[in-house]
Amino acid sequence: MRQIAVISGKGGTGKTVVTAAFAALAENKVMVDCDVDAADLHILLDPVVKERREFRSGKTALINKGLCSGCGRCVSLCRFKAIKEDFTVEDFSCEGCALCSRVCPAGAIRMEENVAGEWFVSDTGYGPFVHARLGAAQENSGKLVSKIREVARALAEKQSLDYVIIDGPPGIGCPVIASLSGVDCALIVTEPTLSGLHDAGRVMEVAGHFKIPTKVVVNKYDLNPAITSRIEDFCRSRGAPVIGRIAFDAGVVRALVRRKNIIESGDCAVRDELRKIWENLCRR
Amino acid sequence: MIISIASGKGGTGKTTVAVNLALSLDNAQVIDCDVEEPNAHLFLKPIISEKEKAFIPVPEVDKAKCNYCGACSRVCAFGAIAVLPDSKGIKGSILIFPNLCHGCGACKLLCPQGAIKEIDKEIGAVEAGERGSIRFVHGRLNIGEAMSPPLIRRVKKRIDTSGTVIIDAPPGTSCPVITAVKGSDFCVLVTEPTPFGLNDLILAVEVMREIKIPFVVVINRFDIGDGKVEQYCGNENIRVLMKIPFSREIAAAYSEGVPIVEKDPSYRDKFIKLYTDICGIKNETDSSN
Repeated sequence: MRQIAVISGKGGTGKTVVTAAFAALAENKVMVDCDVDAADLHILLDPVVKERREFRSGKTALINKGLCSGCGRCVSLCRFKAIKEDFTVEDFSCEGCALCSRVCPAGAIRMEENVAGEWFVSDTGYGPFVHARLGAAQENSGKLVSKIREVARALAEKQSLDYVIIDGPPGIGCPVIASLSGVDCALIVTEPTLSGLHDAGRVMEVAGHFKIPTKVVVNKYDLNPAITSRIEDFCRSRGAPVIGRIAFDAGVVRALVRRKNIIESGDCAVRDELRKIWENLCRR
Repeated sequence: MIISIASGKGGTGKTTVAVNLALSLDNAQVIDCDVEEPNAHLFLKPIISEKEKAFIPVPEVDKAKCNYCGACSRVCAFGAIAVLPDSKGIKGSILIFPNLCHGCGACKLLCPQGAIKEIDKEIGAVEAGERGSIRFVHGRLNIGEAMSPPLIRRVKKRIDTSGTVIIDAPPGTSCPVITAVKGSDFCVLVTEPTPFGLNDLILAVEVMREIKIPFVVVINRFDIGDGKVEQYCGNENIRVLMKIPFSREIAAAYSEGVPIVEKDPSYRDKFIKLYTDICGIKNETDSSN
């Protein structure tokens, strides 16, 4: 079994459209949407949910006003400024460290477990799909990513699947690290802009830090051919092969608006390029 | 006034709106809180005059005082400390995982032996500078570092509310975004008219309502998608204050780090109008509360 994660550093470079194309091109695989903050892959895969589970993670402090003596020890010790002067807890600021509940002399604070989101195992026209939804303003997205990857891996083993294909989140922080850990290959989808180059460089360093082999695709490469060749030079200097260049095509957005997979409705050139990219990824 | 520019989905144009809004105002401060992938500097090209390393406190154990009782490990809600107690005459051991530490201080405060002190662990840097009348601050998270909120909090310490403060937030809906926009007077959600844009806008709206910050929407590349984002905003009584068309010239300028208002100065008035409309809505909501 081979695990491939699609990442980008910068958001909006086309990760999800490319990942959805792989769903149509790859056989014997499970798809995973690890952008649990703002999951979009389901829009193109049209899943039928088969299993739905709560994701419980982390705790939030709750102050019992009846017991609270108003001493203020919790307010002064909380490093996340999560307890207001009126001794109410600002839920979205509380990181669940429980320090307040341990030091409260009146025993007025208890920790309540959060339902931080949900995760799903679904069927799609492309095979099984594991995805999730983090609740609004929740934390622990990295743990939720690890959870659904574990579910996807177990499913792949049970069904003897060849690939786990991961749509990753933008950025370089905890959900990205959780999406990358232990994968066989990271595919960076970038775009020919200074932001795309800058951000791809940073996420490539993260992949390098965890010793993950990395390949690159330049999306909309013809919007600025000069920056595309700068990206290619940069990748060459880092030993990360550029395995594809996808042309800008308004048809990609039209397909997206109709919620269609680009492989089934796209322009031939884009489709052929994506096929070539997938074939390259299959090679070790 | 502090205005945050956010979005659920990445790549919708947050930085474009933040930078061009700042360039259209006098005396704005730009705070780039996307410390994982900061980009505003690529457009503003500020002269960086100050650089400060950012740290979080992580525990360090004085092995002479530690009796391996395990209290620190039990109070750590993040699994950042593992303790093997003394057993059969063999001295125990303690292991600290700084990457899991949130820096809450519980282990230090609650160690019965007073054996834990906190040391600084570098997580990134805060850089500040200027470009013309714009004051600029951003953070750069170190590679391999998982947690951005502590660095975002450091960056925000430099907020100066003597003028308009514009925060460029990271994408998403979880802790980094919340940390960035918390305390803002107003938020602009930037989206695009595609099913992805709409899906993530709905999530971002949920976040705004949860943290109770008034917000409006800007639709970028509004002419290359469908009308569902506007329909949604209409149904939810959300004001769409600006629609930016797709243009190959703007996209090309963007790719080179050239802000729209420099490519097409007529946009300056549009961004000033965005600002005055925001002020108007802010006054309305303040007086109705």
